[in-house]
Amino acid sequence: MSETAISSAGSATGTTAQMGVDKATLNHPVYNYKVVRQFAVMTVVWGIVGMLVGVLIAAQLAWPILNTELPYFHFGRLRPLHTNAVIFAFGGCALFASSLFVVQRTCQVRLISDTLAAAVFWGWQLVILCAAITLPLGLTSSKEYAELEWPIDLLIAVVWVLYAILYFGTIMKRKVQHIYVANWFFGAFIITVAILHIVNSLAIPVSMTKSYSIYAGTVDAMVQWWYGHNAVGFFLTAGFLGIMYYFVPKQAERPVYSYRLSIVHFWALIAVYIWAGPHHLHYTALPDWAQSLGMVMSLILLAPSWGGMINGMMTLSGAWHKLRTDPILRFLVVSLSFYGMSTFEGPMMSIKTVNALSHYTDWTIGHVHSGALGWVAMVSIGAMYHLLPILFGRERMYSIDLINVHFWMSTIGTVLYIASMWVNGILQGLMWRAYNQDGTLTYTFVEALQASYPGYYVRLIGGGIFFLGMLVMAYNLYMTVTTDETAEEQAPSGSQPVAGAA
Amino acid sequence: MSSFWSAWVIILTVVTFIGTFWVLFANRTRAPADPEQTTGHAADGIEEYDNPLPYWWFLMFMITLVFGVAYLVVYPGLGNFQGLLGWNSTQQWENEVARAEERFSAVRYRYLAMPIEEVTEHPEALRMGQRLYGVNCSVCHGADAKGAYGFPNLADGDWLWGGTPDAIKHTLIYARQAAMPPWEAALGDEGIRNVAAYVVQLSGREVNDEMAAAGKTQYDMLCVACHGPEGKGNPVLGAPNLTNGIWLYGGSESEIQHTLRVGRNGVMPAFGEQLSEDKIHLITAYIYNLSQE
Repeated sequence: MSETAISSAGSATGTTAQMGVDKATLNHPVYNYKVVRQFAVMTVVWGIVGMLVGVLIAAQLAWPILNTELPYFHFGRLRPLHTNAVIFAFGGCALFASSLFVVQRTCQVRLISDTLAAAVFWGWQLVILCAAITLPLGLTSSKEYAELEWPIDLLIAVVWVLYAILYFGTIMKRKVQHIYVANWFFGAFIITVAILHIVNSLAIPVSMTKSYSIYAGTVDAMVQWWYGHNAVGFFLTAGFLGIMYYFVPKQAERPVYSYRLSIVHFWALIAVYIWAGPHHLHYTALPDWAQSLGMVMSLILLAPSWGGMINGMMTLSGAWHKLRTDPILRFLVVSLSFYGMSTFEGPMMSIKTVNALSHYTDWTIGHVHSGALGWVAMVSIGAMYHLLPILFGRERMYSIDLINVHFWMSTIGTVLYIASMWVNGILQGLMWRAYNQDGTLTYTFVEALQASYPGYYVRLIGGGIFFLGMLVMAYNLYMTVTTDETAEEQAPSGSQPVAGAA
Repeated sequence: MSSFWSAWVIILTVVTFIGTFWVLFANRTRAPADPEQTTGHAADGIEEYDNPLPYWWFLMFMITLVFGVAYLVVYPGLGNFQGLLGWNSTQQWENEVARAEERFSAVRYRYLAMPIEEVTEHPEALRMGQRLYGVNCSVCHGADAKGAYGFPNLADGDWLWGGTPDAIKHTLIYARQAAMPPWEAALGDEGIRNVAAYVVQLSGREVNDEMAAAGKTQYDMLCVACHGPEGKGNPVLGAPNLTNGIWLYGGSESEIQHTLRVGRNGVMPAFGEQLSEDKIHLITAYIYNLSQE
């Protein structure tokens, strides 16, 4: 189908340039780029939506009066909308786009079915749409990061199985013998997320919009955090390591540092991560043995997590100079730094005595965002800047300078966000536990809250800057798609040619 | 935990540890023959070196694994095995509570022996009472004890259930449940408006005299039992005084109409279960003292 389309590409390119991107350049002779392109564009769109909601709820925390009378825009309903939008809409689309691109490129074969690919794309968009409608309406299973009610859960399960068939079917058809490391991580991510989602979402429906979990009490809490932490481990870590393993060596044009390191850290990571959930339930009704195992495995997780960072960073040896000129590579490398930082912080926070201070404070929020903004978002953005020109048949993005602007906005935004939450978290933890000589608590809860306000303002500023960076990206994407290729010589795209895509 | 599940946990844990050790050791080499030699496979142009595991990383991994084994030997973790230290979190909590009791309770028990009025003469006792109030009571009654909509002001000398030290302490230990029934069915819409007008008049404001007079007839039949013939209330029932201009749920005519229509059910929870009497005694002294200023 696409093979016939490409035959006319040569003549079409010049004449239909005023149309922006002509159809022929969008069709690849071998690979299905259409689904990748759809997911890549929606990554930018959902990134903007999800982060805008994040900025709004950050403002609501800074100025509670912004919680209007209308229940739909109350913090309690917008917060799950924010988390679902950034994790599953923004992060999810980035993972779909990159995994479906990488699996084709590294297996040298087209996706097994274009229909299946379209079903995965539209199915996932439908899931997101349902979430965006039901969460503000207050329809929720009340499980964190799994709030969607049972009909949507079923839809997710179906789409995910289709995705698994599409992905593994393509792997099975591959034209090269070796399965590249990025695909191990994508594969682990797809299988484990399916299991996590299905087991945690098991519920008894009482109506179309209401269900009750089949688990009760402490078991419910444990299943929830087994799911919750492995959503971090397999969705937000393994999946994005898959992105890293393709786009870092590709953008740096260097071989991966160590094959054996990737073997060791892959198997260790997936074997150990699955145990780490109980550290979310330290000092609760969860039995001591489960808490201990959760803490021990979380500590052991430090080395396997860092294995990925080392392999990415060291891949740049011999190519460090490229960082001076290539903002896409900067995105990727700085994301690895944040990844290393938050995977050091995580094991530390899982130690019971540290957790006694950090738990329930803003420190946790800071930790999550050093992973979410610094690692997940930045590695996705870097990968998208690499991908988008390829997908739209362009030499490079419209403006390399704007990528650089976006890079600095993202970095500064992330640093402001996490630094303010560290300060707040430690301040809250210390204020909550301070007591007087007569044994009474020194501070009431509201005093710790009042002391947190400066941090809330700084967090809002940091998040706002990060969000504005996404708008810069959207503008750059729009201009990349619509600007006439032949006129590009005059376009204000920076002087550096290195960021062009391979 | 049954011994089956205990064995399940132990076996899975041990297998995970052994597997991780094995994967780490099996891939350990000192140095490659040729640092520029790639593995030979290329994926979409990406080649792979086969550098050895960084030694510091290998060591770090080993240390965390060995720490993990040691931790599971001394602390509970492997199924029903309690660990060599015999530690558990329940006991740790009980010990800490006992230590705190031992250290701090003597100060408080000294005041428990005193009548409330006498306790209020000790500034350090009032300070303790204030801190206990801040942690336990301020969520509803406010950090300044001036209350909020639906939550009584404790500092104005006006009391729903009585303001003697004994009454306050009783409230704290045993809870209070106010019950203003809804009157819409009995009074009808016009009746609600008339009675509301009369209540407004009771608090000394100008109203339509005709409506107030009509309202008074119904007040004397239905409301008088709790709020009294003059509207002065009854602390035994927690029925508020309607004449002093202090309103728990708003004093405008429309808000009074709403109260009459749907009723009110104010709840003060019992603290006797969660706070020992010595602490409640100090909070009582603090609150009593506020209303004396």
